[in-house]
Amino acid sequence: MPKPESVLCPSPAGLYCPPGDFYIDPTRPVARAVITHGHADHARSGHGAVIATMETLAIMAARYGENFAGKTEALAYGEKVSRSGVELSLLPAGHILGSAQAVVRAKGFTIVVSGDYKRRRDLTCVPFEPVGCDVFVTEATFGIPVFNFPEDRDEIARLVKSLAQFPERTHLVGAYALGKAQRVITLLRAAGYDRTIFVHGAMESLNALYARFGVGLGPIEPATVEKTKKKDFAGAVVIAPPSAIDDRWSRRFNDPLPAFASGWMRVRARARQRQVELPLVISDHADWNELTSTIKQVAPGELWITHGNEEALLRWSELEGIKARALSLVGYEDEGGGG
Amino acid sequence: MRAFASLLDRLAFTPQRNGKLVLMRDYMRDTPDPERGWTLAALTGGLSFDAAKPAFIRKAVEARMDAQLFALSYDYVGDLAETVALVWPARPGANREPELSEVIDALSSATRAQVQKLLEGWLDAADADGRWALLKLLTGGLRVGVSARLAKQALADMGGVAVAEIEEVWHSQHPPYEDLFAWLEKRSAKPVAGASGRFRPVMLAQAIDAEKDFANYDAADYAAEWKWDGIRVQAANEGGEKRLYSRTGDDIGKSFPDLLDFLNFDGVIDGELLVLRGGKVESFGDLQQRLNRKTADAKLIAQFPAGIRAYDLLMEGDADLRALPFRERRKRLEAFVAAAASPRIDLSPLQPFASWDELARLRAHPPAGDPALAEGLMLKRWDSIYEAGRPKGPWFKWKRDPHLIDAVLMYAQRGHGKRSGYYSDYTFGVWREDANGDRALTPVGKAYFGFTDEELKQIDKFVRDNTVDRFGPVRVVKANRDFGLVFEVAFEGLQRSTRHKSGVAMRFPRINRLRWDKPARDADELATLEKMLE
Repeated sequence: MPKPESVLCPSPAGLYCPPGDFYIDPTRPVARAVITHGHADHARSGHGAVIATMETLAIMAARYGENFAGKTEALAYGEKVSRSGVELSLLPAGHILGSAQAVVRAKGFTIVVSGDYKRRRDLTCVPFEPVGCDVFVTEATFGIPVFNFPEDRDEIARLVKSLAQFPERTHLVGAYALGKAQRVITLLRAAGYDRTIFVHGAMESLNALYARFGVGLGPIEPATVEKTKKKDFAGAVVIAPPSAIDDRWSRRFNDPLPAFASGWMRVRARARQRQVELPLVISDHADWNELTSTIKQVAPGELWITHGNEEALLRWSELEGIKARALSLVGYEDEGGGG
Repeated sequence: MRAFASLLDRLAFTPQRNGKLVLMRDYMRDTPDPERGWTLAALTGGLSFDAAKPAFIRKAVEARMDAQLFALSYDYVGDLAETVALVWPARPGANREPELSEVIDALSSATRAQVQKLLEGWLDAADADGRWALLKLLTGGLRVGVSARLAKQALADMGGVAVAEIEEVWHSQHPPYEDLFAWLEKRSAKPVAGASGRFRPVMLAQAIDAEKDFANYDAADYAAEWKWDGIRVQAANEGGEKRLYSRTGDDIGKSFPDLLDFLNFDGVIDGELLVLRGGKVESFGDLQQRLNRKTADAKLIAQFPAGIRAYDLLMEGDADLRALPFRERRKRLEAFVAAAASPRIDLSPLQPFASWDELARLRAHPPAGDPALAEGLMLKRWDSIYEAGRPKGPWFKWKRDPHLIDAVLMYAQRGHGKRSGYYSDYTFGVWREDANGDRALTPVGKAYFGFTDEELKQIDKFVRDNTVDRFGPVRVVKANRDFGLVFEVAFEGLQRSTRHKSGVAMRFPRINRLRWDKPARDADELATLEKMLE
């Protein structure tokens, strides 16, 4: 009886499929890579060949240039490719635009590599699609019971209310440039906020890319000071990468009110440490309830945990009678604390 | 509960005073009675519960979830109330979230055993923020950085009245303060402040500008007395109703039961609360042993006996003296204190002087004894009536020059609001000998004002260019014998402190001057500070 490890196993470069000779989200350059989504810790440049969704390939091209890999192959959600007895397909993961779970079928096993995922509605990407499997390879970024996220719209309502209460202050929202920024913008639009939203330069090309794939963001302007005066940002929403908020960059704004959209904001000490005045608990990852309910839903024979806070999830699996192991893969950082 | 929880949540993360005021003002305006009144009571310290002990809360959560999963969660968060708020495994079918007033009603009549059951039901019905607010309220510590005074200021802003008006009626009002809100919303007349022993808004002094003001004022129009270094209080005994108030109207009687016993007069005195031993003033450090305590035990009272040095007389029996000139009030005060003959109340003596120059000499060289411990001088116009607030002209304070030392910048932290892009909060240190016999810096204080915007930019650049390490929002700045930025730091006094590694704590430290010119090695030694200890 073959083991699932003969289909997919951890290696120093990441998860490797020996019969298909490919890696999933390798952390160093390899000959053949399957990329689940465009965040830099999962999607690196310099691979020989890359298989990913069209959106993920476009994101990689935007970030690394057109020659980020020797060759590329776009796979639509649900489309299957086979090679040496291994069938590979990509299914939506609901994490960011183009994000996918990699479904690997070989030797009678179905192994689902979730990549990063979430379960709640997100207007910028296709919702997660659960698949029953023998092995579910999950992330555990928020794998502690304290991470139960509130409704996005309630969090955005707090931002909208603050704009009304502090109309003279620039609301500076820290949000990771890929995914979170666009999600915050669409949430604001859904809440009826129709004013111009200003964005940091690092986000412009990604915003354009999202628009190209049909994600409407409404009126957006760069947050530059050449034409705009400091007071013009009074009461405006400015979205910037978290690192820019701590930086000199933020001085151009009027009495800025620092906000931060991230799952990490669920814990007060994290918000205080970053000197955030308006923590917005908005995450692109599954929270504890989403993680555990997803695992129950796909009902795997075995659970493998790639990265994050695996200890509590292992304990939960033990209580639920689910066979689980931590792969403790290195190299997958929550980029910039974006969560 | 939801609005209360959201308010607490935002207050906890809003560092600026003005921001907190806006949040509270808007809440009071938008929230109906009686919810806002109970919130006001919670914010001003008028509600205290110890209905739920941490051990009980822990037991309740562990009955619902795996102990190991809870332990992992608690380790991660570090705060019990917050952890429970986040992980609470709510049972389905809970009632709607309770209003704050329902919680308070239920608590006021429930037994301890009932409280525990109620609490579980409330935790089931609330969301994470609501649970956090509830647990903070029930375990007796909101800790959202709001003083009673600030909450009253927000109330004043909401109603468009002066805060002194709120203070004046405050002690005749009770939660949930419906009459107070009715008045602030102009739905009814101002409540009567008639209660005996109520607080009268305090008159404060402007700082004098010695270079400009003396030219405009005649020395003969003013009385001078020492500005004693304690806390300003108002002591009332009206028809046996004894009260002791801070200058912002907080009732501090419980902390000074020994003093309340000696308010053997009928009237209201304005004075300075001090530790008085045998008629002599002790240092502010001694007084601090008695401050910020809810109660005082016999040992503490015996060790640091509190007294009042009287400045002014506001009520003499039923007679309101506040509209009389200071000259007349003073005369009555002297007779009043003498007649009371309380062992814990004495008179702040007037300091005669003929000219401003003579007064300047007294300030620079106070006579030995109590005046040497004073903060400076007070000037009061002989004809000044007692008016609430800080009017310009009738009263001046003239503090002694601050102490100055040269210290080296060690750590810097980012500021808030307008300063959020700048490193504007500084920890500085002085030299001492370390275990190896080398000269090492030891932190002695923190300051975040005293410099201009231009200087802030320069310091910020220095911090960024010379960062050697980071801990969260704090940067460690390069500082050694041969390199470092020297601040001339001004401060009002120095005390021994067991909480600080250096063993000293400064009062009101601020950056007086940047000494770019001064080599770090020439900054002061800890020994110099130790000599200044009071």
